[in-house]
Amino acid sequence: MSAVKKQTEDLVNVQVDGHWIQVKKGTRMIEACKQASAEVPHYCYHPKLTSPGNCRMCLVEMGMPPRPAPGQEAELDNDGHAKISWMPRPVIACANSVAEGMGIRTQSTLAKECREGVMEFLLINHPLDCPICDQAGECTLQEYSVEHGKGESRFLENKVKKPKNVDIGPRIRLDDERCVLCSRCVRFTREIVDDDVLGFVDRGSHSVLTVHPDKPLANNYSLNTVDICPVGALTSNDFRFKMRVWFMRETKSVCNGCARGCNILISSRENKIYRQTPRENNEVNSSWMCDSGRLNYHFLESGARLTDPMIKKGKSHETVDWPQAIRRAAEGLLKYKGDEIAIIASARMTNEELYLVRVLADTLGTRNVDTLKCHGEGDDYLSHEDKRPNTNGAKVILKLSSPGSKINSIKRDIESGSIKALLVYGENIASKGFDDGVLSNLKFLVTSHILANPTAKLSGIVLPGAGYAEKRGSMINATGRLQLLNKAIEPPGNSRDDWEILQDLNRAMDGKDFIYELADLFSEMASVVPALKGLTLSGIGEKGVPVIETGETIPLLEREAQRVKQGLIAG
Amino acid sequence: MEVSRELNKQANEYISHYPNDQKRSASLPLLHLLQQEHGYINEESMNWVAEKLDIEPIHVLELGTFYPGFRQTAPGKYHIRVCRTLSCAMAGCYETMEKFCEVAGIDRSRVTHHNPIAVSEDGKFSIEFAECLASCGTGPVCLIGDEFYESVNAENVAELIEKYD
Repeated sequence: MSAVKKQTEDLVNVQVDGHWIQVKKGTRMIEACKQASAEVPHYCYHPKLTSPGNCRMCLVEMGMPPRPAPGQEAELDNDGHAKISWMPRPVIACANSVAEGMGIRTQSTLAKECREGVMEFLLINHPLDCPICDQAGECTLQEYSVEHGKGESRFLENKVKKPKNVDIGPRIRLDDERCVLCSRCVRFTREIVDDDVLGFVDRGSHSVLTVHPDKPLANNYSLNTVDICPVGALTSNDFRFKMRVWFMRETKSVCNGCARGCNILISSRENKIYRQTPRENNEVNSSWMCDSGRLNYHFLESGARLTDPMIKKGKSHETVDWPQAIRRAAEGLLKYKGDEIAIIASARMTNEELYLVRVLADTLGTRNVDTLKCHGEGDDYLSHEDKRPNTNGAKVILKLSSPGSKINSIKRDIESGSIKALLVYGENIASKGFDDGVLSNLKFLVTSHILANPTAKLSGIVLPGAGYAEKRGSMINATGRLQLLNKAIEPPGNSRDDWEILQDLNRAMDGKDFIYELADLFSEMASVVPALKGLTLSGIGEKGVPVIETGETIPLLEREAQRVKQGLIAG
Repeated sequence: MEVSRELNKQANEYISHYPNDQKRSASLPLLHLLQQEHGYINEESMNWVAEKLDIEPIHVLELGTFYPGFRQTAPGKYHIRVCRTLSCAMAGCYETMEKFCEVAGIDRSRVTHHNPIAVSEDGKFSIEFAECLASCGTGPVCLIGDEFYESVNAENVAELIEKYD
């Protein structure tokens, strides 16, 4: 028998399915059940959104100790807790909070009958298109039908016909027959992104989700509604009918669209990415991500991908093998001394790659090392104005106080001829002011990129690297959080992981011992970069670790924290 | 959409009944005003209400489509509403409806849940079923415009219609 724990200022005792636990005051019943590992099925409830309590799926049995009559002592059970008297009617667990001594039954006959009833009503008008529905396999209506359904329908009338394949925005399709009217999407657009365009029109069984005829669902966060839709009502134009979800492998990684570093899941099958979805991290992106970041993976399948190392012969490039390309690059660079060489790296590179750039610069003895500054439009939600994912990594590892500040002087020195050799990593500088006229002054140009771009065309040696989803490594986001990229797919053809290319180039010059594991490279880096001291690659974990203080806050997370404080959402 | 100065004045009056940060509460009275003036409400009038109240148009659309009392298509010069709730149904409102259509020349074959109003070819009469009009002892009952009629059956429909010109 467990002893009764005292009710403290912040904690209350709650009994869930016969077990007493302590939860924070003000916790919603559904969250208390979650803490007790008792799953309460639900459609409309989402911890990041307000709880309208309209789906009724989370009905549970609830009880409270009766208030003793004056002069009477409360009756105690065997555990020493006040005896619970159970209410004859169920309550919704999502919009009610716990109280001291409360009892919740999630598995009682009453609770089970309620679920069966709700499921039967939800399925009355639901179409039987699961075989071609994109949500199949990750659909809560399917899951709950198995777990909580009756297994048969008593419905004899005609199903209500509703609009199907409705174009409600540039990236989303709506199927009203599949919709269970949970209103998650409506609340997301209202509460999170302030773009109030969705709503329910008509009444009763004819009620449908709709977008206002003059205002499509076009905001840059619209695809999050597809993620939170518990059924197949909202589907992504990009993913529709492309792949069954159960065939896909999910890789935990980080979006490379901007400096926010939203945590993502990359879903792939047989070396092809089918979609990217946000992965919850309450220190970075909550449960959301922007559409532009989410859809920014198609370039990895571009026909312009470089698949082999190449050396320029006359006007065209000729494919060579890796040892030859590396040897020629090393020989070419070693012909020049110190500041005759410049390296333009990229804040798209991982910390490990940047560290190898630093080693390379030390070997060559050049101080002309910088990354490009690439700012665009940010917003008041997640999207950051810095369009490079690892600018903070470049600052910390390359010891750049203000990345991009040396670019102009490098350009001038190329034009004047004092810089004779240039190594460009991961940036198409030809479109950033280094046009033909500038680059033709160079004696030697080496480029590593993933796409055949104008810079590659001008380069003597081209080294094909790997895209963000094709490699492992770490990056530091705008708020100074060290996060881990994981490899979802293989780079195409003979292109290689960039850290291996850089290491080969380094070893061809300094002749030191090779490092065979990325983790060892990280440890070596951590031993010389103060901000990373004591860290290991595997120690970064799924949610990252804060390593530097940048003073930046994330507007969307600030507002969510405020709503948690106000008790509007569970968070 | 043309909004009379009178209506605009009345709308402002309704809006003034509510606190400044809760202007949305005036949505229903404003929609009623517009329906009174135009006979029905449409997307344009709902957008006008949204703009007037400084709220998102989707909120007015949700409201306007919720109540069947708001007509979304134009009625005829005289709009007939025949009660079809239980007492009137038992007293023969379906026959009354048929007779109305026959006399006024209305074709109800294209009436659906989303399009409940049928209009005569000359635009003079329109008709729809309504729920309980609160006179269950004297069914079938109906409203023509705002005028209420009791015991309207197949025999006296023609006589009733003649009153309207």
